[in-house]
Amino acid sequence: MTRLNLTLLAALILAVPLSLLAGKVWIDPFHPAVPNAGVILLELRLPRALLTLAIGAGLGGAGAAMQGYLRNPLADPGLFGIAPAAALGAVFAFWTGLSAAAWTLPLFALIGAGGAMALLGLIAGRSGGVALFTLAGMMIASLAGALMSLAISLSPTAFALSEIVTWLMGALTDRGWHEVWICAPLTLAGLAALRAAGPGLDALILGATAARSLGLDPRRLQALLIAGVGLTVGSGVAVAGIVGFVGLIVPHLVRPFTDRRPSRLIVPSALAGALLVLVADCLCRVLPLVSELRLGIALSLVGAPFFLALLLRLRRSPTLDGGLA
Amino acid sequence: MLSAQNLTLPSRLHDVSLTLGPGEVTAILGPNGAGKSTLLACLAGLLVPTQGTVALSGTPLVQFPPRTRARRIGYLPQSPEVAWDVHVETLVRLGRLPWQGAPLHRPHTSPAEDDAATAEALAAMDLEAFRHRPLSRLSGGERARALAARVLAGRPQWLLADEPLANLDLAHAAALVARLKAQAHEGRGVVLVLHDLATAMNHAARVIVLANGAVAADGPPETALTAELIENIWGVPARWLGEPGARALALG
Repeated sequence: MTRLNLTLLAALILAVPLSLLAGKVWIDPFHPAVPNAGVILLELRLPRALLTLAIGAGLGGAGAAMQGYLRNPLADPGLFGIAPAAALGAVFAFWTGLSAAAWTLPLFALIGAGGAMALLGLIAGRSGGVALFTLAGMMIASLAGALMSLAISLSPTAFALSEIVTWLMGALTDRGWHEVWICAPLTLAGLAALRAAGPGLDALILGATAARSLGLDPRRLQALLIAGVGLTVGSGVAVAGIVGFVGLIVPHLVRPFTDRRPSRLIVPSALAGALLVLVADCLCRVLPLVSELRLGIALSLVGAPFFLALLLRLRRSPTLDGGLA
Repeated sequence: MLSAQNLTLPSRLHDVSLTLGPGEVTAILGPNGAGKSTLLACLAGLLVPTQGTVALSGTPLVQFPPRTRARRIGYLPQSPEVAWDVHVETLVRLGRLPWQGAPLHRPHTSPAEDDAATAEALAAMDLEAFRHRPLSRLSGGERARALAARVLAGRPQWLLADEPLANLDLAHAAALVARLKAQAHEGRGVVLVLHDLATAMNHAARVIVLANGAVAADGPPETALTAELIENIWGVPARWLGEPGARALALG
């Protein structure tokens, strides 16, 4: 365990209990004035905190792996079309009215993500090439986006329409333990796949040809990446909707503290992603607005200017964090 | 022994056969588009010919698991692309990847052995002073040495390099050639795709000249790389000046 991982882990261990106390109702741990404090903590805030950790860890880890795989600091887990496909599955659940049961919405989203993973594997899996893979992902993303718009425009009721639009913004309100049981195990499995992809991603530092000369099997690496990104991002979207920018920002924040090998970036990015989403969700709860700020909106509000600053910094010094090639 | 039998790739290689021995520097020469890089990639096991086989010590290369092959044959591609601004030592250590265990695979090395091989490769390319420097702060020549050291860190029996001297100035090219020759003296097989005929003449033990995907000449440079051959293949009248081992090529 590196010092960076230990630091991030310590920060998480501090942040999680604090996050449980914060919200519309503040809970004083020593003199609980709220009569149902125990219920709020165990049934509302603890599962929500665990969900933020799982979603943030998944997005951070997936972002680090994607940037390593595409050899590009501007890559984001959304590029593979997994998130839009998962969202499409969820939209379908709303559209048909099947979302009323607690398990169907995440299940449909997971089916959407699984469909995108299978399609990616079918289209690009045979060659193992990066360009075809990325194009296939973008095609899936745009197709899923178009189908989602179609579903929204043909929405059967105004209620379903507002449900869909609100859900797509990404939020963690009213989530409970069963979402944790869906998201956390899948995210952990996905992170394990991404970590297994680490040595292959390191070999790719030298380019595709040199990586193959080092014994890399491009198809195996691609399969690990589809599994890893699909499981982390798909399960995150299934329980929280689309949460943007975490996968893009977090690897950048972490990279300067590592030796810049993609394999060394995945775990700290997962930890930092968990911390970022936890803190962002707490701020959403605490901000005195009429209705709670949506997590997806909040992160994108912070993320967009960050992305712009990053672009400007990359332009000023081409070797800072970006490629040398 | 690294041998190729009747290698054919449509419109790139035609019936190329050769056997390379360890302990010497072999130069693959030829005009642009003659198939030099294709032949090197076939010898490295990165391209599978449509006909013919490449064999390492008698075993066809396609039968080697990729990592086993990678431990035997090191390959230095032409493009010096490096995706992240890693430190020199981190880059060189990437050469140890075929030895390190992938998940669910047993490693063929230990951390101490990785350290030793990395240090040895850094020393062989005279890079000890730069080991903690990021690649973005190296000159083109230093970076070429770092990339070559990456291949050496894998301690391969065979060292295949595609135009390792491209983009290097006179002094850096001479230094890299000297270091690659030293690797051959240690018993490795060194195969270089080169453009500079004088470098091949003076430093290679053997030259293989390709033209239109076929072998046009194969042998020790003094006998194979004649002025007539150069005029035939490259279409430039030329003559050799100087003594063996210190030749220069005069054109026209």
